[in-house]
Amino acid sequence: MQRRDFIKLISGAFALAFIAPMNAFAAIWNKAAFETTKLNEAEKNLEINSEKLSQEILITLPDKAENGAIVQIEVKSNIPNTEAISILVEKNPTPLIAHFKFSNGAEPFVVTRIKMAETSDVKVIVKAGNQYFTNAKNVVVLENGCG
Amino acid sequence: MTSDNMKMRAQLKGDAASGSYTEVKVLMSHPMDTGRKKDDFDRLIPAHFVQLVTATLNGKTVLEAQWGTGISKNPYLTFRLTSAKIGDTISVTWHDNLGETATQNIIVT
Repeated sequence: MQRRDFIKLISGAFALAFIAPMNAFAAIWNKAAFETTKLNEAEKNLEINSEKLSQEILITLPDKAENGAIVQIEVKSNIPNTEAISILVEKNPTPLIAHFKFSNGAEPFVVTRIKMAETSDVKVIVKAGNQYFTNAKNVVVLENGCG
Repeated sequence: MTSDNMKMRAQLKGDAASGSYTEVKVLMSHPMDTGRKKDDFDRLIPAHFVQLVTATLNGKTVLEAQWGTGISKNPYLTFRLTSAKIGDTISVTWHDNLGETATQNIIVT
């Protein structure tokens, strides 16, 4: 082995040893989906191609939010074999808010609090098997909570 | 980080007739800065937000969440398990974009 090749090999191994563990969490986080400013781009990056409207997705949100910094949302899916729930706010600077994956006896149910920049539809997408289902609810926002 | 960063409660609810479940409530202490807000001196406050939340029941993963900057400051989360019994251990861990992390355990009551 030539000295040059040896150095290349060693530096490559070092890079892997140090960078790989640092990126372990970064790799799980869907950067492209969370950082895009477009709703359809976020969906594309979540590998959602087609979705069916479903009333079996129950969304509890206020009709009107005084302060967009804290809007409580509850989502429950009655669709059999629900594996994941995504929450998107159409008019937020970055629409994708959260993606929840359920396993080992977790119910397809979640309550959390989100930020809303302005009056917008809040869209929920449910993954069940290889199918995607969606439902939405509009929330009137009086004060921007996305500062 | 210390456990002061997360408050948790896990309670068995419902009854045999209507079905029982364990409700887990989590309140985290985190700024959830979007990276778009400015401080008093007109300087941008860098993004600082929780990206991943993982919950386990007796060591087995039950919930994996990816979050963006749109989750409110001091994040609140409720989830439900049908697979938990009184005395089981539920653990929640978060990781943020600056490499900080916190874990909290709780026993189902």
